[in-house]
This record gives sequence, structure tokens and C-alpha cells, in this order.
Amino acid sequence: MEALRILLRRKGALFGLLVIGLFVLVALLAPWIAPHDPLATSWSAVRKAPSAAYLLGTDEIGRDVLSRIIWGARASLLAGVVSVSLSLLLGLPIGLLAGYLGGWVDALISRMVDAMLACPFLILAIALAAFLGPSLTNAMIAIGISATPIFVRLTRGQVLAVKVEDYVEAARAVGNSRLRIALRHVLPNIVAPLIVQATLAIAAAVIAEASLSFLGLGQQPPAPSWGSMLNTAKNYVDQAPWMAIWPGVSIFLLVLSFNLVGDGLRDALDPRHRH
Amino acid sequence: MGRYLVRRVGLLVPTLFFVTLLIFGLQQLLPGDPAVILAGEDRDPNVVAYLRTKLHLDEPFAVRYAYWLRGVAKGDLGESLRIQKPVTELILEKLPVTLELAVLAMLVALAIGVSAGVLSAVFKDSPIDYAARVFALWGLSTPNFWLGILLILLFSVQLGWLPASGYVSPAEGLKGNLAAMVMPAFVLGNALAAVLMRHTRSAMIEALSADYVRTARSKGLKQAVVVLRHALPNALMPVITLGALEFGALLSGAVLTEQVFSIPGFGKLIVDAVFNRDYAVVQGVVLFTASAYMLLNLLADVAYFLVNPRLRT
Repeated sequence: MEALRILLRRKGALFGLLVIGLFVLVALLAPWIAPHDPLATSWSAVRKAPSAAYLLGTDEIGRDVLSRIIWGARASLLAGVVSVSLSLLLGLPIGLLAGYLGGWVDALISRMVDAMLACPFLILAIALAAFLGPSLTNAMIAIGISATPIFVRLTRGQVLAVKVEDYVEAARAVGNSRLRIALRHVLPNIVAPLIVQATLAIAAAVIAEASLSFLGLGQQPPAPSWGSMLNTAKNYVDQAPWMAIWPGVSIFLLVLSFNLVGDGLRDALDPRHRH
Repeated sequence: MGRYLVRRVGLLVPTLFFVTLLIFGLQQLLPGDPAVILAGEDRDPNVVAYLRTKLHLDEPFAVRYAYWLRGVAKGDLGESLRIQKPVTELILEKLPVTLELAVLAMLVALAIGVSAGVLSAVFKDSPIDYAARVFALWGLSTPNFWLGILLILLFSVQLGWLPASGYVSPAEGLKGNLAAMVMPAFVLGNALAAVLMRHTRSAMIEALSADYVRTARSKGLKQAVVVLRHALPNALMPVITLGALEFGALLSGAVLTEQVFSIPGFGKLIVDAVFNRDYAVVQGVVLFTASAYMLLNLLADVAYFLVNPRLRT
């Protein structure tokens, strides 16, 4: 609760939370608040500048840019949350194993993590998405797997630090099983840095999804996503700049907000960062 | 020193093993029969049969991996099925373009990141510090392909100062080359500048509160001398190491930057390969970047070790 109070007292984090909340609402209410059908084309309204009928203008086949941005929020938020959940789901148990068991298990896992970290994040995600086939689901899997080694490494490091604490020693001395110690005594004490990392990872995942969609490896057309909207917008930047501006502003705002909340959480949860 | 190096290089071997296993294992993800997928749209039975023998697809995974690894050890990354050229040749052909872009981007990032970080630390909690921190947040949160489109909109479409896309090799003309590279280099360096700014700032804040800086100040040295001659060299060490490690991130970003500005480099190679289902090229590019990253990492560690006397004992 103390942490929440510190978080809410920081203007940046508060702003981030409000923007994220707004985007979540927009994504949930998309069918009711989008002024037009995001897929409906209109040959009489091709690349129309913003007007009362189309607040943010229309795209190269006459679709409403605002409606596509509203629906596109779903892909971005989904990709951010689902892929990071996947990395946590994989990375947490593997990191716990490595840190808690040590020995050859740790050595093996650590070398595998090194190997994955040696491949640049986006290039690994592109390769995974290429072999899995282009779709939003596969992009989320690719991003989730590519981000997993960070969580393995973080969890392992935290476990190593907590393992030698007196309370873990005490739990061992009274005869608790290894699994019980790991889940009841170690895990709760390493949650804070994981939450911070997860929040910042969502920001990275949103950019990664937009990047994959921009390259054509994420959400497939005609379904709307901010990244693929920018991909087409690039070709009409001299005739229809509005197509390029608003999807980018949306990505920027959402990513900025997760970064602000992540920074705020770090200050709130980690006493060393408190000024 | 010797023992440290041996241990450090020794750790690379198993890591490299897992890298190759990971990259070769990607093939297992292909839905369906790889020979049929690789044969392309027409699925000519002759081509399928040829590919099956050529890639040893009837053999078990371990055997195929061994064949592939033997080729890789000899520098043979397979052949591009679409362009009918060895993958190694393709990579070496595109590499100089991406390297130029990455090096220019690194220069941009160092110039902006380090100076913003120093200013921000020296004038801590002032409007300058605040502006530098806002800049860092902007850099970390802006997708670089969007920044690229915005710059094209401003400098190419509105002002007409710079070409919107296309690549001119330095051999064709240095002026044209730089004109074509200035926007991409800025776009690619922007995010790294933000990362470097944050690190320079915290390292400088620490250095400025150190005893030797207090001594330098009490000798009556000017602020500029204290900052530039005493604090900065010490603060810069970790920043340079970080810069080397972030080179991998630059290669990731180059994929998008090259796509926006139609630069025929490494990134365009992997994207085109993905859409041509040219899987050997995809694997080759990933393997190459991963190896380059590990090598840079090693060099950075060794350099850090050499420059830092405390680690040498």
C-alpha cells in the first residue's frame, strides 16, 4: 500500500496509468465508440484529409483512420500483455530452477540464456515469426519467447540473493521441502523487481509488435494494427501525412505510459531508488 | 589475465553450441514438410525430391544438425534458394552498408547521449536536467520506423533538403552517401542516445561526488576542467562498454530503419528472405549477428579488464 501511495504521488506514473486506462477502455469499447467500420472501404473517400465526417482522415482505400486506431488498440495491448505473460510463465520457473538448484542445472540454463541473449531481440523475434508463419498470435509467441531470457536471468539473480537470507535458512532448518521453500519463501520476496521488469517489458513488447506488423509479420491485413497502418502510410507520406501521424502517436503514448509506470514502480518498490 | 581469458573464452563454446542449436532448431517450427515448403508455389516433385536429398531431410534431426554444423564451421551457411547464391556471399555483400549505418548511428548516439548526460548531471534538478530526461523518455518510447517517417515528412516532403529513400555507396560519391545516410543514422541512433544519456547521467552524478573531484575543486580548478578532465573520463568507461554491448540492438533497429529508407543492407536482406521463404538466409543472418554480438561482448569484457587495474589481480 505504501508502494501504491508513492507510485500515485509521482506525476509521470500517474499520467502513465491514466493513459493506459484510457487505451484499455478504448480497446474494450471499440465496437461502440468507433465512428465507422474499421474494415469498410469507400472509393469516394480515398485519402481524405481530416474532416467532420472522418476526424483523423481516411486511408488509401477509404477506411476511417480513427476507427482503425481504436480497433488497433486491441492488437497492441493484447500483444503487450500476452507476450510478457508468456515470458513470465516460461522465465519464472526456469529462473527459479536455475537459481535454487544451482550446479549443472544452473550452468546448462545459464548457457542457454546466454545463447538467446546473443541473438538481438528483434532479429530473433523476426526469425521465430518467419518460421512460425505471419499472424498476430505467432508474433506474440515470438516476442514472448525472445523476451524470456531476461526474466530467467533476473529471477535467477534474485533467487541467488534471497537464498542465503536467514529466513530461508530457517525455513530449511525446520524441514520444509525445497518446492515449498521456493514457492512460499523465495518467490514472494523476488516479486517486486519482476513486476518492474514486466511493466518495462510490456513497453518493449508493444514496440516489438508494432515493428513486426510494420514488417508484415504481425497482425495481417485487413485487420487493423498500428504497425501495419504505418507500413502503408509510409508509401503515401507526401499525399496523406495524417495516415502516418496518428498511429505513431498512439504507439508512442502507450509505450511512454508503460515506461513511466515502470520507472515509477521501480522507485516505489525499490527502497534504494527512493529519493 | 591468462586464466581469466581462458575461462571467458571457454564459456563461449557451450554458448555458441546452443546458439547453433537454437538457429538450426528453428527449422523444426516450419508447419508441414520443409521440402514442400522450400520448393515454393509450384511444388515440382523433382525439386522436392532434390531438396530432400540435398538437405538430408530423411535423416534424423541430430544427423542433419551435424551436416549443417560441419558446413557452418567451414563458413558455408547454405545457399539462398531464391537468389541462387551462397548465403555467406550475400551477407558479406550487404554487410558494409549496414556497418556504415550502425557506425554512424553509434556516433550520433554517443554525441547526443554523452553530452546530454553530462549536462544533465552537472546541472542536476535544473530545467536542463529535466529537458534531457524528457528527451531520454522520448527516445525510449518512439518506434524508430515512425521517427523515420516523420523525418521524411519534414526534411524530404516539406523542406526538400534530403532524399527520402535510396542508397548511394561512398564509391559513387561521398556527398550523396552522407545525404542518404544522415536521416537513417539519426533515426537509428536516437533510441541508443537515450540509453547512453541515462547511463552517462548516473555515472557522472556518482563521479562528481567522488573524493578526487572534491580535491580537484579545492585546488581551485575551473568547473569545466573538473568536469571534462577529472569526472568525465572515469564516468565514460562503463558507458563505452555499454555502447559495445548495444551494438546488437543497433543491428535489430537497422532492420526497421533500412526498411523505412529502402537501404539495401543486412536488415533488408533478412526481411526479403522472410517473405521469399528463403530460410537458409534467415538462419545465416541470425547466426552471423549472434556471433558478432558474442565477439563484441568478449572484446568489451577484455577491454574492461585491461583498463580496470582493480580487476587484474
